[in-house]
Amino acid sequence: MAYIELKQVTKLFGAVRAVDRLDLDIAQGECVAMLGPSGCGKTTTLRMVAGFEDLDDGAIRVGERIISSKRDNFYLPPEHRNFGMVFQAFAVWPHLSVYENVAFPLRIRKLPKEEIAARTEEALKHTNLWKAAGDSPDDLSGGGKQRVALARALAIRPDVMLLDEPLSSLDPHFREEMRFEIKDLQRRFGFSILYVTHDQSEAMALSDRILVMRSGVVQQVGTPLEVYGEPANRFVFEFIGLSCFLDADLTPTGMRINGVDAAWPAGIAPAPELLAAGRACLAARPSEIDFVGEGGLRGIVSRKAYLGETVDYRVMVGDAEIRVQKGRRVPGPGIGEAVGLAFPRPHWYPTA
Amino acid sequence: MIATKRFNFGTPELLFTLSVAVLLIVVVFPMLLIFFNAFWVDGHFNVTDVLRVLQRQETYQALGNSLVLSGGVTVTGTLVGTLFAWLVTRTDLPFKKTMKLLFLVPFMLPAFIGALAWKMLLSPRAGYINRFFMDYLGFDSPIFNIYSYAGIILVETMYLFPFVFIQVSGALERMDPTLEESARISGADLFTITRKITIPLVMPSILSGALLIMLYSMAHFGTVAVLGIETGIYNIPTLIYEKIHQSAGSFDSIRTATVLATVLVITAAAILWLQNRILSKGRYQIIAGKSFRPSELKLRGLRIPILIFCLAYIALTIVLPTVTIFMVGGLKTYGLPFALENMTWANYSHILFEWDLTRDSIWNSISLGLASALVTMFAGVIISYVIVKMKVRGKGLLEFLGMLPFSVPGSVIALGVILAWSGKFGVSLYNTVWIILIAYIARYMAFSLKANSAALEQVHDSLVEAARASGATMAQALRDVVIPLVRPGMVAAFFLIFLPALRELTVSVLLYGPTTRTIGVAIYTLNEDGETVYSAALAGIALIIIVTGEVLIKRLVTGKNAA
Ligand SMILES: Nc1ncnc2c1ncn2[C@@H]1O[C@H](COP(=O)(O)OP(=O)(O)OP(=O)(O)O)[C@@H](O)[C@H]1O
Ligand SMILES: [Mg+2]
Repeated sequence: MAYIELKQVTKLFGAVRAVDRLDLDIAQGECVAMLGPSGCGKTTTLRMVAGFEDLDDGAIRVGERIISSKRDNFYLPPEHRNFGMVFQAFAVWPHLSVYENVAFPLRIRKLPKEEIAARTEEALKHTNLWKAAGDSPDDLSGGGKQRVALARALAIRPDVMLLDEPLSSLDPHFREEMRFEIKDLQRRFGFSILYVTHDQSEAMALSDRILVMRSGVVQQVGTPLEVYGEPANRFVFEFIGLSCFLDADLTPTGMRINGVDAAWPAGIAPAPELLAAGRACLAARPSEIDFVGEGGLRGIVSRKAYLGETVDYRVMVGDAEIRVQKGRRVPGPGIGEAVGLAFPRPHWYPTA
Repeated sequence: MIATKRFNFGTPELLFTLSVAVLLIVVVFPMLLIFFNAFWVDGHFNVTDVLRVLQRQETYQALGNSLVLSGGVTVTGTLVGTLFAWLVTRTDLPFKKTMKLLFLVPFMLPAFIGALAWKMLLSPRAGYINRFFMDYLGFDSPIFNIYSYAGIILVETMYLFPFVFIQVSGALERMDPTLEESARISGADLFTITRKITIPLVMPSILSGALLIMLYSMAHFGTVAVLGIETGIYNIPTLIYEKIHQSAGSFDSIRTATVLATVLVITAAAILWLQNRILSKGRYQIIAGKSFRPSELKLRGLRIPILIFCLAYIALTIVLPTVTIFMVGGLKTYGLPFALENMTWANYSHILFEWDLTRDSIWNSISLGLASALVTMFAGVIISYVIVKMKVRGKGLLEFLGMLPFSVPGSVIALGVILAWSGKFGVSLYNTVWIILIAYIARYMAFSLKANSAALEQVHDSLVEAARASGATMAQALRDVVIPLVRPGMVAAFFLIFLPALRELTVSVLLYGPTTRTIGVAIYTLNEDGETVYSAALAGIALIIIVTGEVLIKRLVTGKNAA
């Protein structure tokens, strides 16, 4: 059974539906990333789980216990939820030392002295902060402060860890390092993670499942592979990875793009209802478009750029530009050459 | 080259010399006279004599009272200011924006007018509230005696708490709310968070506001004069006033006054030094990052009761005294009940159109305000220019001299001016408006320097250099480039001086002569002479002038900035 369950969770800010009937299950020890553009409601969802925001509809359950419910107008206060939370701006307390920051939640729980000392030390050691225990957080770098925030959240041995863009204020090379550290800690302590980010590679690297959101509405929930390989709609396709879209007029035997006719790509026809509409949008990853000598969608290479491992081509089909990426070892056409494009793994979406 | 260097006494040096001269004459000379008079007895430097003066009962009692009163006001004002600041920034109190503005209103109102109103309401025998309780509710004694330490502390608290309110609400607004939320999710309840996280984080702001309250309360004449003298409660400024007025120049009283003034200066300097230290060392980096979103504590059931409490506080401390002033100002005789047949417009028209004393006072205050604001504004811009922009040696001295009056309480400045300009040194301005003008200039110079320096810091050096490179002389560059750029600072300085000067009492009460009363002095002396209704009527007029001035100027300044 799912450990955390969000059911029809909704939040309104005036007329804005910040979160709209969101359903989500998280298993024990699972890491779910919430991904979406700025303002899509990620933080709001996280804050509802944490208990900082009331719900306008729906309920949230953890284990056997309902912790937020619109119907019963019941909200377990954040301080009783036993969650760990790490905020984007670190939120470590500058008037307390690193040690006192981490010990704070334990002192609040009035644990015995020895246990406070032991657990604080453990949390500090796991985050490589033991040497800095006596320092003021103001003397630490951004990464150091973020570690303090993590250690503080770890110290309470939470069942659930809520992370709101915890890495976005860090330098890029730090980010990757911290990603692994978070993953390590999760493996060691076995808590569930709800992780907010708008960085798709972060979401892919960390999480067991990804939830993609747009304007408060869930677009897709799935493993990183599913979300990347089988995007539920055009928005998800575009949001995750590189993408390229072509509006096509459909005929029973082929398609017509920008005045250029072509057969169905590799025999993969769009769904019947799209066919009936006569128009659809062909979506493909630039790395999943092949050059063919004969047939395919005909166009002319207009640009070619070397990006290290890959070569980036622009192919003009009529006046539409299509991006294609191939490995540098694959022999490819030169600028001005006429080529055919084949789509071995196309996705069809209704025209936007 | 060498020859020109040696005799290089150009515009910068001239301005520098002039600035130093102005500050020496206006600020330093009077101050030195105070110390000189305090410590120099019969041609000797004499500390034991100073101690002897301090050991006199009236002196040490005044010192003690100053300490007790300003200490009390600091504690209550800090509590009240912090509480309201927290309510308007951290909770879902209704109408928070309006409430915030309302809590700033007491800053506009002169405390001594408030004291006057409370005297009318709560003086033990004649106060309207006390009489109401005794006459109609059967109390056999007054419910509260405003002529007491508690009374003075309460009244000053009402007008000084905004110092803390402004500082703390500013700090709380800038503070990252996730600092508190992370404590909440760590398991702390709101009470614990407030105690262990919020208060410690804004403590530097609380302390700095508290010290400002203390500074003002120490140096404040009006409230203690109105409420304390009746029962013999003197603080340092009121005792200085008493000494100067009753003595008619007796050597001993002037010495006592200078000793008191010295104590006041030292205390004020210590307070400001402490405040500076707290501000520069103790500020935590608590400014919100990208994810800023003010989170509010839900007061739930307490929301309306707390709103009512705040409104009641405002009604009691702002509306009630103001209404009382206007009502008493319209009474035919003081003491009559507020019934329509006892009311008249005659007092107002009398003081506005017939009575020279009150008409002069209004005229004096307005012209003194304008004159001191203009002079100080121009002197201030030149001195700040030298301090901020010019590379002259010794400008640190200038800065020190200019900021000195900031720590010098009004009564001290007035006393220094008396010592310097009442004929001992060849010029007697005693009993003329000029002596008040000089004192105002000394008092407000620091305001002007602050505003102008802030504006000048924004003007980049290259602008002047570009003008000079295009062939303008220093003076032309000043006139055509710098002045237009610093005009906002000058405008700000003008109003920072004009408005307080309009309601000034502490300085002018020591310096006024028969025809040179300011509004504040006129209100105060009328009240002393038992002309309570006229005093109240004039106070009412003063309130109208002050509030109109404040509102007009806010409009003007914000309108200009927006354009
Ligand atoms: N307290 C609030 N009052 C009014 N509107 C709000 C409030 N909090 C959030 N919103 C609105 O709700 C929507 C969702 O905001 P949210 O902060 O959850 O987005 P987000 O996905 O976290 O964005 P970002 O990536 O920028 O952090 C936005 O349109 C935002 O403007
Ligand atoms: Mg967010």
